[in-house]
Amino acid sequence: MAKWDKEEYKRGLKKGLPIGLGYLYVSVAFGMMAAAGGLSPISALVISMTNLTSAGQFAGIGLIFNSAAYIEIALTVFIINIRYFLMSLALSQKLSVSMGRFKKMIIAFGITDEIFTMASLEKQPLSYEFMLGLISLPYIGWGLGTYLGAATTMLFPPLMQDALGIALYAMFIAIIVPAIRESRAVLVTTGIAVSLSCVFKYAPYLKDISSGFAVIIATLIAAGTAAYLFPIKEES
Amino acid sequence: MYLLFAMLIMAVVTYIPRVLPLTLFNKKIQSVYIRSFLHYVPYAVLGAMTFPHVFYSTKHMPYAIIGTLSAIILGYYGKGLLIVAMIAVGVVYGCNILL
Repeated sequence: MAKWDKEEYKRGLKKGLPIGLGYLYVSVAFGMMAAAGGLSPISALVISMTNLTSAGQFAGIGLIFNSAAYIEIALTVFIINIRYFLMSLALSQKLSVSMGRFKKMIIAFGITDEIFTMASLEKQPLSYEFMLGLISLPYIGWGLGTYLGAATTMLFPPLMQDALGIALYAMFIAIIVPAIRESRAVLVTTGIAVSLSCVFKYAPYLKDISSGFAVIIATLIAAGTAAYLFPIKEES
Repeated sequence: MYLLFAMLIMAVVTYIPRVLPLTLFNKKIQSVYIRSFLHYVPYAVLGAMTFPHVFYSTKHMPYAIIGTLSAIILGYYGKGLLIVAMIAVGVVYGCNILL
């Protein structure tokens, strides 16, 4: 067993800090939505601590408020989260080879869009300590924000509650745009993905496809095309 | 009881796609195509998740568009996640109050 590498953990914490702070915003919005629908702050907190995902949670509590059937909740949330299959697969290629299965099971819980992207940007193999560090602050921020949002929902003016809706997307944009600036391949990838996503939103027939599936199909086509046009030569 | 089960289901179906590939897939993928594909996945996912949905993220679409543009500009100049999120929220809030 390798020793606990404190420096790696600290490095991860540092990279996770901006994500954690960003999650505070987004999860406040989730907490408020949960409270507005009648969930207690504790229930909202439990959902956030056991799910650690944005779109899936929003969809899930929406269904709970409508007293949806279990199978409907399971399918909808699962479809929204299928994208994690791809991320988990991609991450399996970057984790340090010596990492045991139990550690991987812990890391797996922390795969979110932002954490995954941040980890993907690392040049070296990802250590267990680095990944734990990277996940720590986003996890705390996500839980804390949820509780605060649910417990203090009355304190926020409605106009502020409305404005918080854009926080998650602004974070996404903050990740994508600098990458687009650096790489034409990434520009093409996101260009295709965004175009397809718009088609799925507006085109007749296609717009009936659930948003979770739309994201998956758009991702498969966009990343598939980019990989064909801009293959990445192996460095090591 | 319903709530408890629903919460459990959500947690399970969120964890499954995260944990399966990571724990079952130990080998290095050799194919350049698949490796490249996986490299582009995050950008494709984020792109498809953001647009056009960001325009519907607040009550008034014009304000959401203004917020989106500010986020793009700030992102272009390399501002961090938090700054971009804060300012985008601030811009939409400002529009909500002033306009």
